[in-house]
Formats: sequence, structure tokens, C-alpha cells
Amino acid sequence: MDLPFLWNTARELIAGVPLMFQLVSLSLALGLVLATLVALVRLSPWPVLSGVAYGYVYVFRGTPLLVQVFLIYYGLGQFEWIRESFLWIFLRQPYWCAILALTLNTGAYGSEIIRGGLQAVPWGQVEAGRACGMSGWLLFRRITLPIAVRQALPAYGNEMILMVKATSLASIITMLEITGIAQRLISQTYRAIEILLVAGAIYLLINFLLTRAVKALEHWLSPHLRDAPAPVLPNAALVH
Amino acid sequence: MELLSWGDRGWGDELFRATLMTLAVAALAFLIGLVFGTAGAAAKLSRWRVARAAADGYTTVLRGVPDLLVIYLFYFGGSSVLMTIASMFGHTGFIGVDAFTTGAIAIAIINGAYSTEVIRGAVLAVPKGEIEAARAVGMSDALLFRRIMIPQVLRFALPGLGNVWQLALKETALISVTGLVEIMRQSTIASGSTKKPFTFFAAAAVLYLILTTLSTWGFQRAETWSARGVRRA
Repeated sequence: MDLPFLWNTARELIAGVPLMFQLVSLSLALGLVLATLVALVRLSPWPVLSGVAYGYVYVFRGTPLLVQVFLIYYGLGQFEWIRESFLWIFLRQPYWCAILALTLNTGAYGSEIIRGGLQAVPWGQVEAGRACGMSGWLLFRRITLPIAVRQALPAYGNEMILMVKATSLASIITMLEITGIAQRLISQTYRAIEILLVAGAIYLLINFLLTRAVKALEHWLSPHLRDAPAPVLPNAALVH
Repeated sequence: MELLSWGDRGWGDELFRATLMTLAVAALAFLIGLVFGTAGAAAKLSRWRVARAAADGYTTVLRGVPDLLVIYLFYFGGSSVLMTIASMFGHTGFIGVDAFTTGAIAIAIINGAYSTEVIRGAVLAVPKGEIEAARAVGMSDALLFRRIMIPQVLRFALPGLGNVWQLALKETALISVTGLVEIMRQSTIASGSTKKPFTFFAAAAVLYLILTTLSTWGFQRAETWSARGVRRA
């Protein structure tokens, strides 16, 4: 085993981590906003709007992400009016195309997760909130949203991992994130297996850290599931 | 629209053949993946710690690494391994593995990791009492497996396997990077020669939607059929 080579490869590949991190965090953040809006629209009483939201989710979950990336990166340039509009400043850059595709994709999957979380809020909790005189935004902010977030978190953690893995597709549209750099190194050195194994190890490490972080967040958000802390009473005997 | 017509002028027949190719790779990968999944589930539920650890490693790694990377590994790695073996026999030069085989095996191994969890869950969902009852009436391991486990595990695993199949369908798009002419590759070729990328990638999206929609419908039918003897609450 050629340790110096593996070490050098790892160092070169790690240079792609910041870009990957940008792609993931930006599209997850934008996607979360989109997902929440779509979930609320789908649960809204207006059939046309909720139908449109359903159509969006259906199309983006039913097609491969690669098709979505290609449609945006290669496809949109087919239209003259897009190339002449201000949007072209963004859409001609692979970076923004990747972000747009990833955002739309995670928005579709995320909206289903959030919808599930919202629908799983026990009715009694909402009723109790109403009984205390809360309504509308206050009820949503204090009761529905916190419970929904907690219930949606495990599934959303999976979605975050899927997004980390999905960023590798950005390499196909010339982005030099981890997979892109790996490809460049392969064409320079022809040592595909070693390079791909190092790249895989980096992704694995990132995903491992991500699952840990989500677990910690879940723990923090679920104080009611934890054991009660042991009472700290130095002279407990005196109380009785 | 003429671009999508059948025959020499349009790309309709090419896209149709490409769709069949996508289906063929996905189906083969799904079936091989089921074999890996069954073996993985058996290993995860086995008494031997080594088998459990190996299966754990398999599912963790394959689910934590991008699919594209796995496909590249098989695409580049498959031929390197073959070339190493060939050089031992004095053969030098490039040997390629064909894209169909590499793609199917790569996706099968990824899907196997997901199937492992689905099948493991289904096995654990078989009520303990039924196994005890089977033992009580004197069924042997093989008979218990055939009469009690298989029918129920298949039923419990069906929804999860439906998801795995949908994943397989969508992952085949990634094989296009190895040059296999499936839907994605065919649309790339077509958009390159006609300069109408949106038209062809939209057509590809519609083809995938048709495949996933038909699959959803098919799996729903299968679920209803498999649950025909189950009383609903």
C-alpha cells in the first residue's frame, strides 16, 4: 500500500470539502424553506394550490436527480428568452444550476417529511393549546411547529445524508467538489481504485459526523424522553 | 414534436429502446440486489459476530457513500482488477468491462444494502408466537422457513422493496456516465445532435415518470394481492 500517495490524495480531495459543504448547506437551507411552504400549501384547503404542490412533489420524486440537473444546466439554455433575461447570469454557472437542482429536489422530498411531521402532531396538543387561548400563528409557533420538527427530524436526517451524497452529481456538470477532484486525479494518475476509496472514506466520515450531529440534536429536542436527572440534594436526609 | 417521432427522422424509437435498456438494468440490479439483501439480512440476524459485523459494515459503507462513486469504482476498478489478472498471464493492454454488467452489479450492490434493512425488518416483524406455534406442532427448520417465514416476510417486505425498486430505477440514470445507452445517455446524445437539450431531457423525465408511476401502481396491486388473506382493522 502506497501510504504517501493515499495521504496526498486525501489532502487534494479534502480541498473539495468546502465546496461540497456550500452546496449542501445552501441547498438544504433554501430547500427547507421551500419544503415548508410546499407542505403548508399541500395541507391547505385550496384544491388547486394543493394540486400544484402535489404535482411538483410527484415530478421531482419520480425522476432521477441527474435528469433534473441536466434539465436545468443544459436544458434551460435552449430558450432564447432565458438566455436574454437576468436569470442567465446565474443559470449559466454550474454552481447555481447545481444549487437550484438540489434545492428543488430536497424541497420535494423535504415537503413530504414535513407534511408527515405536521400531520402526526397529536390533536389533543392542539386542542390543549386552543383551550389555553392560543390560536393562529401563536398556536403554530408554540405547539404545532416544535412537535412537528421533533417528529420530522429522524427522517430529515436521512434526507441530509442523501443530500451530501447527491452533491457528487455536481461533478458531472464540471464542479470540482470531492468527486470532481477525484475524477481529475484519476485522469492524471490512472490510480482509480485508491483514489475512489479515499473519496469514499471522506464521504463516509462526513456522513458519520452528520448522523452524530442529528442524534445530538434529537436528544436535545426530546427532554421528555430522557431519564429524569438524579436529584442533587446534598443533605436530602434532612428534608424528611 | 417531430423530434420525438418514430423512425429515421425522430428519436422516438431510440428513446423507446433506451427505456427498455433502463428497465433491463434496473430489473437485473434489483434481482441481484435481492440476493445480496437476503444474504445481508441473514448475516445481520445470525449468531456469528463476524457475520453481523461484516453485514453492518456493508450496509453502513454502501449507504454512506455516493452512488456515483460506487459506479465509478466498478467501472474503473472492474477493468483494473481484470487487467491485473490478465497481466499475470502475460497479457498487457486495456481491458474494459462492458457498461451493462458494471452498471447492473454496482447498482445491485447499492440496492442490496437497502434490501438488507428491508428484509431484516420484515423477518423481525413475523410474530414470535407463530414461530413458537410452528415449533410446537413439530415443524422442522426448513418447513417452518417455507410455510411460516417466507409467505409473511415477502408480504411485510413488499412496501419497502417497492421503494428499493424505485431507487434502482432512478439510479440507473447514473450509469449513463459509463456510456451505457439508457434513457439518460440517449437523451444526451439526442440533445447533442439536435441542440434541443430541454426537449430531450424533458422527454427523459417523462419516461422516468411513466416508469415510476407504473411501478407504484404495480406494487400497490401486489400489496393488495398479498394482503388478501389479512383481516383489516
